[in-house]
Amino acid sequence: MQHTRTQDTLVGLFVAAGIVALFFLSLQVSNIRSFMPADTYVITARFSNSGGLKVKSPVSVAGVRIGRVSNIYIDKETYESVIEMSIESKYDTLPEDTSATIYTAGLLGEQYINLDPGGSFDYLKNGGRIEITQSAIVLEEIIGRFLFQKAEE
Amino acid sequence: MLHFLQQLGSSTRTSFAKLGRATFFLGHTLTGVVDVAIRPRLLLNQLHSVGVLTFLIITISGLFVGMVLGLQGYNILSDFGSEEALGIMVAASLVRELGPVVTALLFAGRAGSALTAEIGLMKATEQLSGMEMMAVDPVNRIVSPRFFAGFLSMPLLAALFSMVGILGGHMVGVGLLGVDDGSYWSQMQVNLDFYDDIVNGVIKSMVFGFAVTWIALFEGYDAVPTAEGVSRATTRTVVNSAFAILGLDFILTAMMFGDI
Repeated sequence: MQHTRTQDTLVGLFVAAGIVALFFLSLQVSNIRSFMPADTYVITARFSNSGGLKVKSPVSVAGVRIGRVSNIYIDKETYESVIEMSIESKYDTLPEDTSATIYTAGLLGEQYINLDPGGSFDYLKNGGRIEITQSAIVLEEIIGRFLFQKAEE
Repeated sequence: MLHFLQQLGSSTRTSFAKLGRATFFLGHTLTGVVDVAIRPRLLLNQLHSVGVLTFLIITISGLFVGMVLGLQGYNILSDFGSEEALGIMVAASLVRELGPVVTALLFAGRAGSALTAEIGLMKATEQLSGMEMMAVDPVNRIVSPRFFAGFLSMPLLAALFSMVGILGGHMVGVGLLGVDDGSYWSQMQVNLDFYDDIVNGVIKSMVFGFAVTWIALFEGYDAVPTAEGVSRATTRTVVNSAFAILGLDFILTAMMFGDI
């Protein structure tokens, strides 16, 4: 036990480096803010086809993310896909006639919901429902339609 | 025939007896937390020999693993015109799998084998019996600090490995191959989840640290106290640790990411 002080320093450095690495991983590599439970409210939207949308997919307005998809299930009566979205409480001024569209980020990227605010002065509240929706674009469908048109010509 | 049955029975009995001894040994080791709390110096010394001395091999391996991931990932991703996804590819494979697993394998080779040899030699030279003669519990005094040092070091080492690897991938991807700096980081941040990826990676490395240190210390403590016995115990440590790490990794991955 001669080099006790150097040993102390080295162990201290090692532990500090390890903790720095853990912080680096949580802050720089992952998005820790998405882990913190922010205040949210839930709105739903019904789509005839929700495509490749997943739980945790982003919900955005004008390209800015304001929430996430929190639940996806199918309505047994109408066979529509029901999407529940948790929107951060600070964005509580979405008009009632907002419309929702499922877009794809890039050609092969993940799908997300884009909200297009309408002009109403009544705002969506917790449990509110978006009436105007446009389903996901399924690439196969479009290609199929295109080929069919070409064949007809 | 009878001979074969006898052999089967005896090998079953020995392996179960060993498992039982290992379990009691673990319990005994865990009671040493009191000793460690009273004498933090013991833990500090072991953190030095288990953690600090493994630091260099971990960071250098991490750097090269990250650089290779950056290079290979770039070659494949550029075929699809999606080089920007390099960041998420490097970070996800490091944080979820390679970080904990490769660190644990290196840890077993570097620190685990050393622990087995040390404890085995202490047993062979009757130092452990000597301590018992002085009414000092050798498991609590010698084994426990090493166990806790290994258990604490592993998550730190794995985090370091992942961090250095991500920086290595950045060095190759952004520095040499011209991937955009902003998209390297932002793709990572958007797609990696703090709980799903980082915390699960840390949990994995803690489980591996527990398993490797336990195996290493038990094999040393249970070694036949001869030169040959210690050498065999050291080999068993490395082999059994590798099996344990890879087997546990599958189970943990299935539980964390596999929806099983």
